[in-house]
Amino acid sequence: MSISHQASAVLSVEDLSVRYRLPRRSLFAAPEWFAAVTGATFSVGKGASLALVGESGSGKSSLAKAVMGLEPASAGAIRLFGQDLASLSANELRELRRRFQMVFQDPYSSLDPRHSIQRIVIEPLRDVARTEARERAAEVLSHVGLGVNDLGKYPHQFSGGQRQRIAIARALVTKPDLIVADEPVSALDVSVQAQVLNLMQDLQAQYGMAYLFISHDLAVVEYLCEDVVVLYRGRVVEIGKTREVMKDPAHPYTQELVNAMPRLGGGKRRPAAKQQVKAGSPDENANATGACPYMSRCPRAAEVCRVAPSLRALGNGRSVACHLS
Amino acid sequence: MIGAQTGRFAKIRYRLGASWLSLWLGGFITLCLFATAILSYFWTPHSVARMNMRARLQAPSLDHLLGTDHFGRDILSLLMIGSQSALKIGIVAVAIGLVLGVLLGLAATARGGWFEELAMRASDLLFAFPVVLLAIMLAATFGPGSVTSMIAIGVHNIPIFARLTRGGAKSILAREFVMASRVAGRSSSYIAALHVLPNVLNILVVQATISFAIAILADAALGYLGLGTQPPTPTWGRMLKDAQSFLSQSPYLAIFPGLAIAFTVLGLNLFGDALRDLLDPRSSQGR
Repeated sequence: MSISHQASAVLSVEDLSVRYRLPRRSLFAAPEWFAAVTGATFSVGKGASLALVGESGSGKSSLAKAVMGLEPASAGAIRLFGQDLASLSANELRELRRRFQMVFQDPYSSLDPRHSIQRIVIEPLRDVARTEARERAAEVLSHVGLGVNDLGKYPHQFSGGQRQRIAIARALVTKPDLIVADEPVSALDVSVQAQVLNLMQDLQAQYGMAYLFISHDLAVVEYLCEDVVVLYRGRVVEIGKTREVMKDPAHPYTQELVNAMPRLGGGKRRPAAKQQVKAGSPDENANATGACPYMSRCPRAAEVCRVAPSLRALGNGRSVACHLS
Repeated sequence: MIGAQTGRFAKIRYRLGASWLSLWLGGFITLCLFATAILSYFWTPHSVARMNMRARLQAPSLDHLLGTDHFGRDILSLLMIGSQSALKIGIVAVAIGLVLGVLLGLAATARGGWFEELAMRASDLLFAFPVVLLAIMLAATFGPGSVTSMIAIGVHNIPIFARLTRGGAKSILAREFVMASRVAGRSSSYIAALHVLPNVLNILVVQATISFAIAILADAALGYLGLGTQPPTPTWGRMLKDAQSFLSQSPYLAIFPGLAIAFTVLGLNLFGDALRDLLDPRSSQGR
């Protein structure tokens, strides 16, 4: 898969912006907006896996919600299987939903405690007869390593890892072409994380669906996804093959992320690790002043950074939004 | 051996737990209440319509198990007849509040925006309105009586249930399983009926039992003003009120209706608690 637009893309996001309305400061104040995502462009090919990485508040989850049609885009377009999400009617969207599903971050919150596992897993199957739905539920449960006996049980009878398997089974039951996974392992124990990631990898090999995988953990991304999109403050700062981005991060923020990864063998740290990261919060006014949003934290900040850089191609599917790299 | 035995016994008792005691005790008291009300339609120890001035304000005896009131009527018989109106008022007032309140609360949460704002401000307005004032208004229009008082108390219950439902629903709607349901292509009405309602049911059940008890007391208060159930129909509330004047001569007059109300409320609350636990799959093991 390449990042460029493809006719065969399962998901393509073009110049997408998502913003939230802030509470008014006073009754008569003009409404203010918080830009969660600004001008994001990327695409996911059939059977591919793309990771969105970034720190908390970088707009990863807002992007995922917009892709899932849970949050309206304020600008730009989301195309799923070639269809513009905004142009679909409520019924058409509901029909299309069986082709793209989601796995949530917290398996304790994403399963209704009052629903049996069967009811949870067959929830996306709307127009399927009960007996057939039950068979499908039993089938997907066996794929995620649970049994038919578990159909009648309730979420509280399962551990966190098992719950996330159930959530994956629910996403799998319609045999979708795309699964959006919003930090699916960050709420799990490290030992269980590997299990769930292996499972997701096996299922992809088996069903051939594409993943849009959201994470803040580069190690997890490196394991599962060939391509990566790095977000900072709602903007795409770097795109490329995961392996290359990890080996040689072009954007100073990506460098910071890569250096923050814990590694075995302290001696092998890269020289770049010694670069000082300025403590400081992201510049709240960056959007207003038009400066690079990373400027206030960037160790390499220079005069040119007063004008925000746009994404430019470095070749080989690699793009970066930085004047200096 | 003995250790294993007690261990197993303790485990069973732990599993069935206090909720089973509540279920049996609460269920038993509630059942008694209904049975008494039904029985009183056919039989009471004495007639409550006939006065007997020679036997007024008697202490409990074999003939009058709970004594007599200031007209010489048998207290036990009065309490039995009174259970009819207590049940009627409780059931109708709670039903009105529960059904309309839950619908309003769910609709407000589902629609959101100006509708939610309007519905909640309207229920605030209703809530700020004292039940007595509401009853006076209704009584002026429809005349005083038990129906007026049931409706007044029921209407007063609406904002309580509406607020409770909306509060619960808001917190449920923020959970990820609701988002998962929407991603699964389920409609708002499916989410309201199958995700939100079952998850707020426990607080509603508890509130319903409390409101039931309050409705009985509210009817008594309205009866005090001549707005509640009208004489000669005996109610526990009015018996309590009448007892006030004779408290020094015959304290039994106040004790027995008071006990009847207290036990009814206790029974219903225990039953509601147990019901809440039973409705929660987390507390019923091995299902």
